[in-house]
Amino acid sequence: MTLHPLRGKRPAYREEAPYKIHGGCGLMGICDESGALMGAEVAIRAMAAQHDRGNGLGGGFAGYGIYPELPDHTCLHVMYHDEQARAEAEGMIGSAFCVEHAEPIPTRPVEGIIDPPLVWRYFVTPDERRLVEVGVPADDMVVRIVMGINSGVDGAFVASSGKNMGAFKGVGYPEEIADFFRLEEYQGHTWLGHHRFPTNTPGWWGGAHPFALLDWSVVHNGELSSYGINRRYLEQFGYRCTLGTDTEVAAYLFDLLLRRHELPLKVACGALASPLWSDIDRRSEPERELAQALRVVYGSAMLNGPFALVLGFNGGMVALNDRIKLRPLVAARQGSLLMVASEESVLREVLDAPDLVWSPKAGEPLIARVAGLPWPITGDRDEGSTTAEVTAW
Amino acid sequence: MTTALVGGLDTGSIGAAALLDQVGDVTTIDCRGLHYRALNEAIRSAVVEGARTVHLLNVNGQRYIGTGLRGGDLRLEVYGTPGQAVAMFMDGPTVEIHGNAQDGVGNTMNAGEVVVRGSAGDVLGYGMRRGRIFVEGDVGYRAGIHMKAHDGCRPLIVCGGKARDYFGEYMAGGLLVLLGMNSGLDGPVVGSHVGTGMHGGEIFVRGELEAWQCGDEVRPMLATEPETEALGVVLGDYCDVFGLDLAEVLSLPFTRIGPAGCRPYAGLYTYV
Amino acid sequence: MVTRFVQPEFRVKIDADRCHKCGRCVQQCGWGVYTFAEHPIPDHGACRACHRCVTYCPAQAITIEKSPLAFRENPHWPTSVRKDVWRQAETAGVLLTGMGNDQPYLNIFDHLVLDACQVTNPSIDPLREPMELRTYLGGRPDRVEVSTGAEGFVLKGGAGLDTNVRLDTPIVFAPMSYGSVSLNVHRSLARAARRCGILMNTGEGGMHADLYPYQDNVIVQVASGRFGVDPEYLNRGVAVEIKVGQGAKPGIGGHLPGEKADREIATTRMIPQGSDAISPAPHHDIYSIEDLRQLIYSIKETTGYKPVGVKIAAVHNVAAIASGIVRAGADYVYLDGFRGGTGAAPQVIRDHVGIPIEVAVAVVDQRLRDEGIRHWASIIAAGSVRSSADLAKVIALGADAAAIGSAALLALGCHLCQGCHTGSCSWGIATHKPELVRRLDPEWGAERLTNLVTAWSNELKEILGALGVNAIESLRGSRERLRTLGLDAQTSEILGVKPAGL
Repeated sequence: MTLHPLRGKRPAYREEAPYKIHGGCGLMGICDESGALMGAEVAIRAMAAQHDRGNGLGGGFAGYGIYPELPDHTCLHVMYHDEQARAEAEGMIGSAFCVEHAEPIPTRPVEGIIDPPLVWRYFVTPDERRLVEVGVPADDMVVRIVMGINSGVDGAFVASSGKNMGAFKGVGYPEEIADFFRLEEYQGHTWLGHHRFPTNTPGWWGGAHPFALLDWSVVHNGELSSYGINRRYLEQFGYRCTLGTDTEVAAYLFDLLLRRHELPLKVACGALASPLWSDIDRRSEPERELAQALRVVYGSAMLNGPFALVLGFNGGMVALNDRIKLRPLVAARQGSLLMVASEESVLREVLDAPDLVWSPKAGEPLIARVAGLPWPITGDRDEGSTTAEVTAW
Repeated sequence: MTTALVGGLDTGSIGAAALLDQVGDVTTIDCRGLHYRALNEAIRSAVVEGARTVHLLNVNGQRYIGTGLRGGDLRLEVYGTPGQAVAMFMDGPTVEIHGNAQDGVGNTMNAGEVVVRGSAGDVLGYGMRRGRIFVEGDVGYRAGIHMKAHDGCRPLIVCGGKARDYFGEYMAGGLLVLLGMNSGLDGPVVGSHVGTGMHGGEIFVRGELEAWQCGDEVRPMLATEPETEALGVVLGDYCDVFGLDLAEVLSLPFTRIGPAGCRPYAGLYTYV
Repeated sequence: MVTRFVQPEFRVKIDADRCHKCGRCVQQCGWGVYTFAEHPIPDHGACRACHRCVTYCPAQAITIEKSPLAFRENPHWPTSVRKDVWRQAETAGVLLTGMGNDQPYLNIFDHLVLDACQVTNPSIDPLREPMELRTYLGGRPDRVEVSTGAEGFVLKGGAGLDTNVRLDTPIVFAPMSYGSVSLNVHRSLARAARRCGILMNTGEGGMHADLYPYQDNVIVQVASGRFGVDPEYLNRGVAVEIKVGQGAKPGIGGHLPGEKADREIATTRMIPQGSDAISPAPHHDIYSIEDLRQLIYSIKETTGYKPVGVKIAAVHNVAAIASGIVRAGADYVYLDGFRGGTGAAPQVIRDHVGIPIEVAVAVVDQRLRDEGIRHWASIIAAGSVRSSADLAKVIALGADAAAIGSAALLALGCHLCQGCHTGSCSWGIATHKPELVRRLDPEWGAERLTNLVTAWSNELKEILGALGVNAIESLRGSRERLRTLGLDAQTSEILGVKPAGL
């Protein structure tokens, strides 16, 4: 089985970005709601079990709780084509942040991972004076710098920009990517994993999932037919979609709806995976009025097209399907573990004796919540529930 | 003989990887860590060697089990969770799954039988043309989509639990039955858009449906006595397989969903 | 001295062998083409090729041909231009005509193609799976706010969406004044709008009492002539539209020749019977953008804050103008491109002033997004949307809905003979002569219009299905689903659409 197609001269990242790269593939998410840390091996095994859903041109993971020594620093994972890109990006980073610690992300050479970019991480805190000068809150500053590097520095992109979390992704099977990043050395309470089947060649490192911004990370199976308008909608709010993959809009839409618009999680999911008008019309007030308002106000944000996605953040994760369930998604519970994946067999590969196995309903979010961590979604203030109603086979 | 491990799944030769056990015309294969190509090759080899029953142990996620297999006297017993597309294009054999099935069971199945002692995923029996699929528990979205009947052959799907949206979509022939009796799901027996696009065949749902649940092209009606009686004949085997009491199954009235016509979109077009 | 240089454009041919000599053609022709002496005798010069007689001849004995009169060829001086000079030399007149720009400018719609899904993304089956066309017109807030109620989340404060108007499909009937068209046309439009769950528009001629039962599907228009405008009128409509201009004649006002101002029209418009109803070019209380704001809010105050839209012709600076209109408080902007129809307009204005709607929608949509205010108002696009393909394309470029005028009249029998301004329309559409008006039965007309809207809606669903989306909001503004074919690079860039292949 060949693992990698022949690759010619690698084009600079900027040229690749305008070409739309399709998502495909397989995903997983696992969360230990007790907050206990698990080695990345569970995620790696889950992705390996879905090997046939990808084609080796993209794989990635996101882990939460992986940097316990510096949990309050924003950790930027940045990839560079060359040293020039690194110098330029570091200039931008230094202008907005105090860099506590900067180092290459530890990697090892892996057969099959050819021409990897330089991978660096920076533990930073906002430069308070700069924040006051510019007049934006700390999170918005991070978003600005990320958008600035992604769209402005040729040959550089930010893979993740959250606290006590990181995204590890690139061109290769997820098992190879995990190997490359020495992922087995990390422990986290929540892991997302993804496997791509991109139909543009060559795959490029920035196009792999997960897509991350601040603490949010998204893995996605499917394709967003609404990408064109989702992207234009987001551009109104200052987001720039440069990574050439439709999933990017999902990450930014969650940031917009949850952080900036402060919508409760279930309401945000109801906007992104809106029910059909025929369902809305049948609802009684006040649900009907809210559902209608969400569609009218957020119509351009609605994700149309087949999708199963998992959103990770510090404090939990959410799994969501498109409203007519065109992509598979199966969930399982075992003790305090909640896991989702594209196939049931993936769950059973990792969980030896699940208490419950079920398929979430189309358009209804499945929510996991890590005990002891503050719930980051302001709209949920006194949201007490953890998982959505669990229905099992 | 060592075999290369790629992504944790063994693509090596059968001889080294699988545990074969052969007693008479029954072959047993341990499928742990076996890639689907090796597994399905092992099944085909066993059949060539004279096996009529193949036990597959420790199955998890391997795809295409029973796919393209021919022969009415063949039997596959699957222990575990088989991967996508079980019995796709299958033509004759019986596949019994001791566990849950995933998506795409019986896709374009030509003949044979699939029994699922658990639940099945989405797109069950897509384009099925003959044979039977019996599911003990729930099924997902688009079950029985585009089932067809021809030359007197009538495919049959019976689900013991509940189903989600688009049950029997595009149905062109055959019989699709939903009992709603053995289910782990909350909510109604079936979702919305039942029989949308239906232009042939019959759907029976145990219990009542609301008008909004059905597609525009179908008419839900309470099943008549003769229809229920005929259904009872068909369900006899299903009850035997899963140990159900037929009388109890028939104790609730059934709703029959049939197409309003065979050309539901005739009025939609105007010829240039 | 012979001064009539303009020879007949058409020639009426009657097959004598088939002719029944029933005289039907004499009766049907509104232009007075036929006299009868044992058989019909046509005056070719009066014929406008409207095909009324052809359609109604029971023997299919009539055909209309282009006059074979040969001219010396000269592409720089097309025959139509020569005729215009002759007419003007004869009359000193401003050439007046009807319907839309018929000059061979580039048609951008015909250089745009739509995407479809293949493999990497599934198309959706519009026949069996839900395909949602419901559209709301109006401004909306940039976010939704919720509070936690006893049983879940509750919308806070209505979200300001009460000023939104619902359409079951993204089509509205374009404003056509009662006066430019007959009352039966208005009756047909009103009934069809009710049946289709969309809206019609009174145009600037006021609202006849026969439309009152349908007022929930009617937009009332306020134009510079303020015809028929009083507080009751303003309150009847589901929305009020300020007409600043129209695509067929940017910069000038409406024009209803005296021939068409009969008693009913005069009453509805509140003007003397038989007078030319020429609307002033500007509203004389809108000389600058802040005046528009004042007018918009005065209407809102009068109507309890019903949605107020503004209709403008697509001109060079349309993006900036639209932005100003939105900031002035309009709930929707109606953009009328240079192909828009009219009952009467000077030909020189109709054919040489204004820009295409495709470009106008693209630049307005982008400009509003650049300013972060796209959600403050909806965009209605018109001039001329000819098919469901044009409809889909204009929505992909950024419109919320399209308005159809010419297409609606075609549905009612119009043959685009461009004779509207004469008031003798044989089809009973652009006329008030009782014997012609009664030819259009409103029930029949409503059915024709409903058929058209239904057919286009179903075709739009097919297009959406092929695009792999099941809701119109996922196509709206998604330039990504369009490509240009044979357009120059700069126009493609202005449209925000890539050329096919990229």
